[in-house]
Amino acid sequence: MELTNRELWGLIHGMGFGALFLLAFAGGLAGLYSLRPELLTVTGLRERMTRLVSGTWLMAIAAWGTVITGTYIVYPWYRAAAPKGADLTAYPRSFLLANPNLAEWHNFGMEWKEHVAWFAPILATVVAFVLRYGKRLADYPFLRKTLIVTFVLAFGAAAVAGLMGALITKAAPIH
Amino acid sequence: MAVTQLPKTAATKGQEQVESRVATGVAAAAFLAGGIGCFVLGLLVTLTEMPALVALKNALVWSVPVGPLSGKTGAAVIAFLLAWGIAHFTIKDKEVNLKSYVIVAGVLTALGFLLTFPPFFELFA
Repeated sequence: MELTNRELWGLIHGMGFGALFLLAFAGGLAGLYSLRPELLTVTGLRERMTRLVSGTWLMAIAAWGTVITGTYIVYPWYRAAAPKGADLTAYPRSFLLANPNLAEWHNFGMEWKEHVAWFAPILATVVAFVLRYGKRLADYPFLRKTLIVTFVLAFGAAAVAGLMGALITKAAPIH
Repeated sequence: MAVTQLPKTAATKGQEQVESRVATGVAAAAFLAGGIGCFVLGLLVTLTEMPALVALKNALVWSVPVGPLSGKTGAAVIAFLLAWGIAHFTIKDKEVNLKSYVIVAGVLTALGFLLTFPPFFELFA
């Protein structure tokens, strides 16, 4: 049982940074949703904010890690042009495009994933930064709701990218 | 232009001494920058699909192994950070109409999502 260098980076990209972001989302969303004066004591609010701020910054860093490793380490292996007569299983993009039944995994799946994924770190960073309003967010429903929507959009972008990545890897693994 | 004040209620009054006030301009600048970053990425994705703009596509190859994706995402991140820096230092101390900024940011973000959706940008290929 062993992993190649490319498989290891695929794991770091998807199951490391990517999964960390996606799995932490539920906790962050619950924290933002319950950030309401009627639900929290002053002490509870202080404790909640510390956890929420550190958690969202961790998520933003994970999202940046996901897109940077994905774009600059894993993606070049995916898109590398296959030399004439080469075994296409070593060149995922060429492999998918050569098969009409699989071509949409690239034309739709990868084309969407490679771009929309970058919305996640941008929007997650905005959320983490705006949480500097701290405890006063509990008294300002509009700002809190805007943060929730932005947070959900960041998750949605990451979820699309993660889902497409998993399905494309199943159709054309990077070895 | 109406401004939005962050209210202080019982839950936070006790913390006033330890928490410095942050104007709504700080949040407005961040949301606006996020919208600009998303929009710039979407715009570049769609523009580089246009055959007439192949020179732009080639100019966005900032990294040969990555191809034009490097320039599209790199330019979007630069736009995000630049817009954030400019907006932050322009309005960070001001009480602004936060809803207006959020609406503009929302429209820009929605356009960004639309412009990066393959069935849409392929209309221009």
